[in-house]
Parts: sequence; structure tokens; C-alpha cells
Amino acid sequence: MTISLTPEQSTPLQPQGWLRYLSFSTDHKVIGLQYLVCGFIFYLIGGALAGAIRTELLTPISDFLPRETYNEVLTLHGTVMIFLWIVPVVNGAFGNYLIPFYVGARDMAFPRLNAVAFWLIPPAGLLLISSYFIASAPQSGWTAYPPLSITTPATGQIIWILSVLLLGGSSIFGGINFIATILKLRRPGLKLMQLPMYCWAMLGTSILVVLSTPVLAGTLVLLSFDIIAHTGFFNPSLGGNAVVYQHLFWFYSHPAVYIMVLPAFGLVSEILPIHCRKPLFGYTTMVYSIMGIVFLGLIVWAHHMFTSGTPPWMRLFFTIATSFIAVPTGIKFFNWLATMWGGRIALNSAMLFSCGFIINFVFGGITGVALAQVPFDIHVHDTYFVVAHFHYIVYGGTVFVIFASIYHWYPKVTGRLLNEDLGRLHFLLTFVGFNLCFAPQHWLGLNGMPRRVAEYDPQFELINQLSSVGALLMAISTLPFLLNVVLSAFNGAPAGDNPWDALTPEWLTSSPPPVENWKGEAPLVTEPYGYGTPAGELPLAATSGPELWKLGNSDQRS
Amino acid sequence: MRIPAAILTLITGMALVLLGLWIGQNINLLPVDASANAPVYDELFKVLFSIGTILFVGIVGLIVYSLVKFRRKPGESGDGEAVEGNLPLEILWTAIPAVVVLFVGIYSYDIYDRMGGMAPLNDHSMHAMGGEMEESRTWGGISPVSLESDAAAAPLPIDVTAMQFAFIFHYPDAEITSGELHVPMGQPVALHMKANDVIHAFWVPEFRLKQDVIPGQPTLLSFTATRPGRYPIVCAELCGPYHGGMRSTVIVDEPETFEAWVNQNSPIANAAPQTPVQS
Repeated sequence: MTISLTPEQSTPLQPQGWLRYLSFSTDHKVIGLQYLVCGFIFYLIGGALAGAIRTELLTPISDFLPRETYNEVLTLHGTVMIFLWIVPVVNGAFGNYLIPFYVGARDMAFPRLNAVAFWLIPPAGLLLISSYFIASAPQSGWTAYPPLSITTPATGQIIWILSVLLLGGSSIFGGINFIATILKLRRPGLKLMQLPMYCWAMLGTSILVVLSTPVLAGTLVLLSFDIIAHTGFFNPSLGGNAVVYQHLFWFYSHPAVYIMVLPAFGLVSEILPIHCRKPLFGYTTMVYSIMGIVFLGLIVWAHHMFTSGTPPWMRLFFTIATSFIAVPTGIKFFNWLATMWGGRIALNSAMLFSCGFIINFVFGGITGVALAQVPFDIHVHDTYFVVAHFHYIVYGGTVFVIFASIYHWYPKVTGRLLNEDLGRLHFLLTFVGFNLCFAPQHWLGLNGMPRRVAEYDPQFELINQLSSVGALLMAISTLPFLLNVVLSAFNGAPAGDNPWDALTPEWLTSSPPPVENWKGEAPLVTEPYGYGTPAGELPLAATSGPELWKLGNSDQRS
Repeated sequence: MRIPAAILTLITGMALVLLGLWIGQNINLLPVDASANAPVYDELFKVLFSIGTILFVGIVGLIVYSLVKFRRKPGESGDGEAVEGNLPLEILWTAIPAVVVLFVGIYSYDIYDRMGGMAPLNDHSMHAMGGEMEESRTWGGISPVSLESDAAAAPLPIDVTAMQFAFIFHYPDAEITSGELHVPMGQPVALHMKANDVIHAFWVPEFRLKQDVIPGQPTLLSFTATRPGRYPIVCAELCGPYHGGMRSTVIVDEPETFEAWVNQNSPIANAAPQTPVQS
């Protein structure tokens, strides 16, 4: 007697269609998109909060929001943008979608852990936002320095700690998963030094996540003891030390900058060679500079504390260590410039956003080296100069790369191209709006406007209004993008499997890819950046490498 | 006649350096300088601004040039050159930033030293001010005073108490308590700062000085005012709902005017005993 498996009997284990994006899916591609869409929703929330800040700052007096609410808004803005938008998207979204392709695997090393890591984020985010409606949101900034965080309303602060702990847990789960996947799940025959650069970036980032996030978690647990159990770890009136919190906090939160920026470096390294039609310049030095940044990134935290009464030797050490991060970072930028030099550059939206990233980040890097110098920092620490600097790094840097990546990989995910005209409009509005918003803030900081204030010296009114106009442009720039993403999903031009003629493995399967990524064997891509056919010798379509296709099964085009 | 590319590159580079130096020297983004270390700070700022301008304009120039020169023209196919790297070039652009960064680091260390930042803590100038400090440790700030302590002008000690949301200034010698800071021009001043509740920061943009005021850890900040006038004192560390309103004024007076102010307000100087007005 034989058992016949009829199609009715093999009901899929997981929901199909759009429902799977709301399910506990273990497919890395589904999880990646979950991260991306969830992160973007929080980006819109964080953006609305930023809009409230810029509206308040239109006038020198505190007249738009109650003062407590203003502090709640700036705290939520920082926390949402860092922990719910940039870190999850640049790590979780692109990491989950791309890393298994890049190592030639069918999924991440720990698919269930992966799904858990994602599903920690929506509840943590809702918890954080709900604190505003339950009692009052936290008011002590995203840094939550005690004693202020001990004296402000406790409910909001405790909810903030719980939320950040959950998000930190999610981040650690993700980090462990990436390390295991990259080191242990590579297709046989694929060597480490043959991996696409984004893998190296994610390996470095994940090392930082795993080493530093637990320190933040421990610190926040101690802080919560101070708040609810009235212990005195950080409370000076009970014999605690408020500066110790700052050391522990920045031991995570400075590497957090690299957790937000290194993956962006990796993504740009994938995008540039494809649209410039040239190999990535200086692969080996790129790898070493990522590892250099990881090492140095762990020993620079106290440059956030130059006015906190740190001893002189410590200021000197952290000045030098911080300045030297410019060296490996500089190598990466020069390598990207050399990648562009002599290429056949396609000036599409992905490329425009990548170039916008380089320009913004170089600017933010230069102000960063200046800020590393103790005497310089003592004047501008905790001012709008610093606000401008880190927005150039995380928005002008990472968020620009997120947009570049969406334009680049949208055809992979949907099989359709995004509209280029809307994309260019989006770039123009974002680039102009961003620079109009944040460039004048450098001057504000140099001339005496501290950060996190609802009221300021009337002489700064005009420049603040200019900055708010920039913020408005940034808000408007989201509209063509959203329109583009939604319309193109239904009406976009069909992209084919490999619209950019790329050689990295995620393009060597159908678009959108099947479950488990390849119908047959994963291709062995030992030269992910093997571009460089002289002009006229072969048509572009042929350079996508039929020989690479043949390494997998020929039926994978399906 | 074609000019060789090497010459063109050299000329462009020189023009870029000159442009950067000119911008750094001639575009002033800073407020007026009113303390002895502000001109030292401005010197560092000019150097950083010049280097930054050269780098930024150079890199943006390279990007724009590449985008225009190497863009894919309509109908063009094929790839760029298969250049995967160039070791001497990569060593060059590792070495140059390393040297620049090293130079900037040493230079800013020198600046910091001239501003008095490297002075040891708990130095004798501290002991000179107002008897024994019960808080055994005073945490570092900038104290150029100690470098000049041999000079005739002894630092004027002032106690600063920061609280939500005000600074209170107390002159221990004259027993004056004031909501505004009066300091004489040209005489070193040593601020001994304490916080009552949360962390605040004392910042005078025109002095280019900032020091956190930390509960449980008294901090020291010294400076010499050099330009008479009224300058804002700004709290720079988030300290609660009225953080933005936590501002005061420092009034730099000519020594005689300051003397007059002290005599007018000090309960010691006035022959008729008065109850000192607190707060």
C-alpha cells in the first residue's frame, strides 16, 4: 500500500502570499523585508517627532510644545531613529536579505533565532511609543544621564529601559546569527577573502554588537535599580558616581555609531562597482580598514566626555585614538573614489544617493576629526555643532545609503524597477533639504546655541528658521519615494532577473528569488567584483557571466 | 601644446591648498573672543578649517569630475578598466591621512597645553583659594591659572553652584552672592563649581570654555577675561524642562569698575553691617 501525497495534504507550514510578512516566518528574505518595512514605519514616526522639534525651534521662545513634552519628543526622536530605524534596517534588513546569498547559503545559521530577533522589535517599539500615552515618555534624552534620569518621572524612564533592553537583545541575537552565518555557513569552496565586502562589514559590525551591547544592557539594569529600588550606583546623593554611567553608556554608544555606519560602508561597496562597471578598488585594504575601525571603535568612547571632568591623560589618549579612526575610514573613501575613476558610471538614483553619502560623510568625518581634538570639543560639546555633526554621519551617511540600497535592490525583491524620475526628484529634495537643515547648525553651535533646548537666544532665529525649512523639504522628499515604492510594485517596468548585470550572487537567481534562494546549487562566486571587460568587446548582457550561471543548475531561471 | 597631466594635477592641488588656506584664514564663523585662551582656540580652529576645506573641496571635486567625465553616455556599453588595486597608491593614501592626523593631534595637544588643560589637578593654585577643600578631589577642567600663578595677579576665587535652573555665584572673599557673574578684566578667575541636583554645564561661548558641573564631583574652571562686555552663560547639559532657560550673564568689567561693584555689594566692605542677601 502506498501513501500518495496529494497537493491538498501538503499544506504549507507557513502562510503564503502577503500574510507571511505578518507571520513568524523563518525565511531570511521575509525577515529582511519585515525589518525594512517595520523600520521605515518607525522612521516616519521619528521624522514626525523631528518635525515637532523643528517647529518648536521656529521661534526663540518655548511656545509650541509644553517644556516637558519637548524633552519627551527629543528623547523619543533619538531613541526611535537609532534603535528602531537605523540599527535594525542597516543590519537586520539588508543583512538578513543579503548575507545568506553572499555566503551561498539557503538561510541564516539560526532561522528561528532570526525570527525571534525581528519579533522583539515591534513590541519594543510600541512599548516605547506607548509610554507617552500611559504616563509620560522619558525626558532625559537618548543618553539618559543620571541623576536627571533618576529624577524625571520614573514610569517613562523604566519603559524606555525595558524597550532598549529588548532592542539590545534583538541586536545581540542578530549579531550572533551573522557571525555564525558568515564564518560557518559559507558554500564549500568559498574563501573568506572572496566574500563580497558587505559580509566583512557585517562581520565587523556583529563583533561590535556582541562585545558592546551587553555592557549597555548591564548599565541600564543598574540604572533601573537606581530608579525603582533606590540603589546608589549612579546617584551621587547616595554615594554613587554619575560619570561612571557615562563611561559605561558610551562604551556601547560610541561603537553604536560604527554599528550604524559600517554596514552602510559595506552596502556602498556593493553598489558602486556595479554601477561604475569596475572592480572594487583595493579589496584587501578595505577588509583591513573595516577591522581597524572595529578595533579603534572600541577604544574611543570617552571622547564624548571631554567636559565631564576626565583626567588629562585620558583626554589625550582618546583624542589620539579618535583621530586615528580617520585613517582606515579615509582608506575606504579613497578606494571608493578610485573605484569610480575611469568607470562607466550609470548616474541612476542608487548612484546619486551613494555619491550624496560620500559627500555628506566626508563632511561629517572632517567635523568629527575636529571634535576629537579636546580644545576644539570643549567649546562645541553639547551644542548644535555636535547635532549637525552626527546627523551628517547617521542621516547624510547611513540613511542616504539605505535609500541607495532600496533603489539598488528593489528590482531584486520585486522583479520591477523603481521609477528613475521620481528617484532623482527624491534625491534632489533629500540632498538639498538635508544640507539646508543641518549645515547651518554648525554655525549655531559655534556661536552659542546648546543642544536639547526649546528656547534660545533671539539672534539665532533666522538660522533656525532656515534649518526648519530644510527639515520641511526632507519631510516632503519622503512623498515621491513612498509614491514610487508603492506604484512601482504594481506598475514598475519589469526588471528581469539581473537588471544591473551584476556579478554578486544575489543577482544570479530569479528576481524575486525562490524560497531557499536557488532552485539548484548555489553558484560559487569567487570574484564578486570581476567587472572590466573593455568597451565594445562583449555586450553588457553577456558579461553577467554565463559561466557563473552554469555553476548552478541551468533550471534556476525557472 | 598639451600640458602634461602631472603638471595640471600639481597646479590644481596647489590652487586647492591656497583656497583652503584663504578660506580658513578669512572666513570667521566664531563669536567675538573675550578670554585669554579664546585666541589660542581660534588659531586651532583656523588650522582645522583650512585642512577640512582642502580635503572636502578636493574630494567633492573628484566625485563631480568622475561623475561628469566617466558617466555612461547613451548607447555606450562595456565596463571600465579592470583595476583591482594599486598598492603604492593605497600606501600613499594611508600615509598622508596618518601624517595629517598625527600633525593635528600634536598641534591640538600643544594648543590644549597652552590653554592649561594639561595642568595637574589639585595644584597649589587650588590650595590658595579659600582654605582647605573638604571635597578632597577636584576634577579636571581647564586651568591656565596654574601656569601663571607666579605672576603678581592671584586668581580670584568664585564658588559656582548650579541647580535647576540657575547658576549662583558666591565670592568668598567679599561674601557677595549674585545671580550674575562679575569678573575683572585681565585677572585670572578660578571657578569652583558644584551642582546640587543633576549635571549641568557652564559654557561661555565668547570664552570658548565649557565644563560640566557634576553633583558629587566638584570641578574647577579657570580663565582670564580680556574684553569688557556682557556675555551669555549657557547651561549646555540637558538638566530638565527649563534647561533652555537656564542662562545667566558674565559681566567683564575694567578692574576699577569691578572694584566699585565689589565695594557696593560686599557686606564686609560696607561699614554699616547689613544682612547679606542670599540668592
